[in-house]
Amino acid sequence: MIDGIDFLQLLWFLLIGLLFMIFYFTEGFDYGVGMATQFLAKNDQEKHVMMETIGPHWDGNEVWLITAGGAMFASFSDWYASLFSGYYILLFFTLFALIIRGVSFEFSAHAETEHGFRIWTSALFGGSLLAPFFLTMMFGSLIQGVPIDAQGNMSLSFWNIVNPLSVVAGVAGGLLCLIHGINFLRLRIDDPELSKRAANLNEKLYLVAYLGEIVFALLIFFQTDFFKLRPISSTIITLLIVVLTAWSDIALIKNKQGKAFVTSGLTLVAVVGLLFNGLFPRVLIATDPAHSLLIKNAANSKLTLEVMTIVALILLPIALAYIIWSYVVFRHRIKVNQNA
Amino acid sequence: MLSGVTMLDLARFQFAMTTVFHFFFVPFSIGMGFIVSIMETLYVVKKDEVYKKMAQFWGKIYLLSFAVGVVTGIIQEFQFGMNWSDYSRFMGDIFGAPLAIEALLAFFMESTFIGLWMFTWNKFKPALHCALVWISFIGSMLSAIWILTANAFMQHPVGYVIKNGKAQMANFWALIANEQLWASFPHVVIGAIVTASFVVIGMAAFGLLRKRDVNFHKKSMRIALWVALFASIAEIGAGDYQTQVEIHEQPMKFAATEGVYETTGDHAPWDIVANLNTKEHKNEGAISIPDVLTILTYHSTSGSIKGMNQINKELHAKYDKKFGKDMSYYVPVKTLFYSFRIMAGFGALFALLSILGLIWTRPKKNTIENKRWFLWILGISTFLPFIANTCGWFITELGRFPWTVYGLFTIADSISASTTTGELWFTNIMYFLIFSTLGGVMIYYCKRQLDMGVAGALERGAY
Repeated sequence: MIDGIDFLQLLWFLLIGLLFMIFYFTEGFDYGVGMATQFLAKNDQEKHVMMETIGPHWDGNEVWLITAGGAMFASFSDWYASLFSGYYILLFFTLFALIIRGVSFEFSAHAETEHGFRIWTSALFGGSLLAPFFLTMMFGSLIQGVPIDAQGNMSLSFWNIVNPLSVVAGVAGGLLCLIHGINFLRLRIDDPELSKRAANLNEKLYLVAYLGEIVFALLIFFQTDFFKLRPISSTIITLLIVVLTAWSDIALIKNKQGKAFVTSGLTLVAVVGLLFNGLFPRVLIATDPAHSLLIKNAANSKLTLEVMTIVALILLPIALAYIIWSYVVFRHRIKVNQNA
Repeated sequence: MLSGVTMLDLARFQFAMTTVFHFFFVPFSIGMGFIVSIMETLYVVKKDEVYKKMAQFWGKIYLLSFAVGVVTGIIQEFQFGMNWSDYSRFMGDIFGAPLAIEALLAFFMESTFIGLWMFTWNKFKPALHCALVWISFIGSMLSAIWILTANAFMQHPVGYVIKNGKAQMANFWALIANEQLWASFPHVVIGAIVTASFVVIGMAAFGLLRKRDVNFHKKSMRIALWVALFASIAEIGAGDYQTQVEIHEQPMKFAATEGVYETTGDHAPWDIVANLNTKEHKNEGAISIPDVLTILTYHSTSGSIKGMNQINKELHAKYDKKFGKDMSYYVPVKTLFYSFRIMAGFGALFALLSILGLIWTRPKKNTIENKRWFLWILGISTFLPFIANTCGWFITELGRFPWTVYGLFTIADSISASTTTGELWFTNIMYFLIFSTLGGVMIYYCKRQLDMGVAGALERGAY
């Protein structure tokens, strides 16, 4: 096949991309709802309702990240090892965000005082804000090429991690999650006033998102080899990101809530698509091209990939089936006053 | 003093700290899933509201333990790459698959169905609602199988070949058929059930000491006592079976748990306590019971146990070519020796306490309320299974020394080359602070739930 990459190796590279796409689509909106609790809710009552919209789903959504990580470990362990040890501190902060966010749902339900409730909803907000920021920042950093030695070990400087592209990527990632989350919220609540407030906020956020996407695209153009390596597909996907955002924006204005939600999710999917499209045929880009980790070298044995393929073919559809069922069960809108 | 602390020490400390903390909550939540499932099943069968209240009240504790288990679990998946990247490169071809399967098969199942369960008390018919909690419990058992599949390979590698200096999968079925897996799985899961049943017994005992919701707590306690009785007896069998496997596959681990330095005669005594000299590799006197070690080991009255000194020589003969002759194959003997005694001792205590508890909670004999001393003992024993689990974990993991993958790959070779001591200090301190906070909050909310009483707690919603 292409560049000596086996079919299974290509498949797993694409599957890991797909897992990150589903992760951003699903956990993207529950990060967004987590952020919206601070930006939108006027009182604790509204916060409660917002949390309830994602209460049954957030944990399952997070499993997409764990599955993506596990799949990376299983099919490209060199990639997993270099990436996770290289981005040590950034991933630690991500973990920190995921931890305080993960316990906040249960702990805030047990809190008896207003003060206790504040602490745990702040943890939800902080975690929901920082997790997508740090994760997307990592992607923004690694696509620029980083120092990797012959053994695959990274030695990142502060500026490898914190630079215009990585910060813009982090902020844009977080912002798109927030927009997506607000769109989800509008689908799940039955409160015209709150819904209107959410729509007003989102209309402003879309304007910031356009700006962010243009800066992001320019930085990718100058800071990565994506447009030199694959000019046509990179241009198409970049345009797609903007078109999807606009589509979502227009759907919001026309009050087509379902369409607005799906397209804001697909915007995030397209962003992941742009990254994986640019990475190919590499999995990690080294400043010295000879040390880049390639799909064909970083992939695990044929047998492991075969086993994983069979397992995924059986288990993914089953998991998807009951996950979708859980969304069907919780399809009804929640009234704010009902929960009083 | 601190300058002598190496990256390896810090990475090992971090692994120990994060896994031990995670392993407080894993058995806790697996077991709670089982007990809550039983309570809700009783509600479905007997249609008595008290069982519904039980499932909801203890369900809240289940959800708390589940939440902390989940967030401390994410660390584990990241940690292999972050701190142990050379291990990940060596083992990824084998280790990654069970981990990914665990996520695909078990994590989605647990998280989706527990999410469905907690929000649908008023939505679904009782039988369907009850099925949800059973499915989430089954999910957590599947999770245990797959993570233990990965661990079993580290204890006893099977179905692999070494290619370009890395372990490569040669036979996937061999990984699942690994004797180590099926020896440790029952031990771990039954241990989890013992853990949760003693949490329920202990918390109910505290409830009875406050003389509140007496009927509710006595009923809850009795269910948990029955579970604890069967589980703690089954655990003796499961532990024994695992030991039998260990004797063959990891003789050094076994000899260390018994403090046997010199190969014994055919009638080996069992040491209750021993003066172990780890420098000169000698057992310098012990309080012991004649013949018992032989009986425990071979289930017969005669048989000798191979000592650590002999095993060390054998391991040198086997591995010197690969790992050099300076390698020490002695495991942390004292830790293993006492860990085993604490674990097994608590195990026996759990069986005894559940028998006494069952006798004193018989219907129409309201004796347990008057035995405040016994309620105090039960209350305190809420915490004991956690100590026992940790001891078991120490034996399993420290007994693998000096390897991460038994006989194949050393701990020293496993760490990440690119991390720094500073980063490890930082994350160690942070994890410690986070864990202390989470653990503290968790215990506080469990206590508060008792303070509120059943009606008070359930008024606040089912989750």
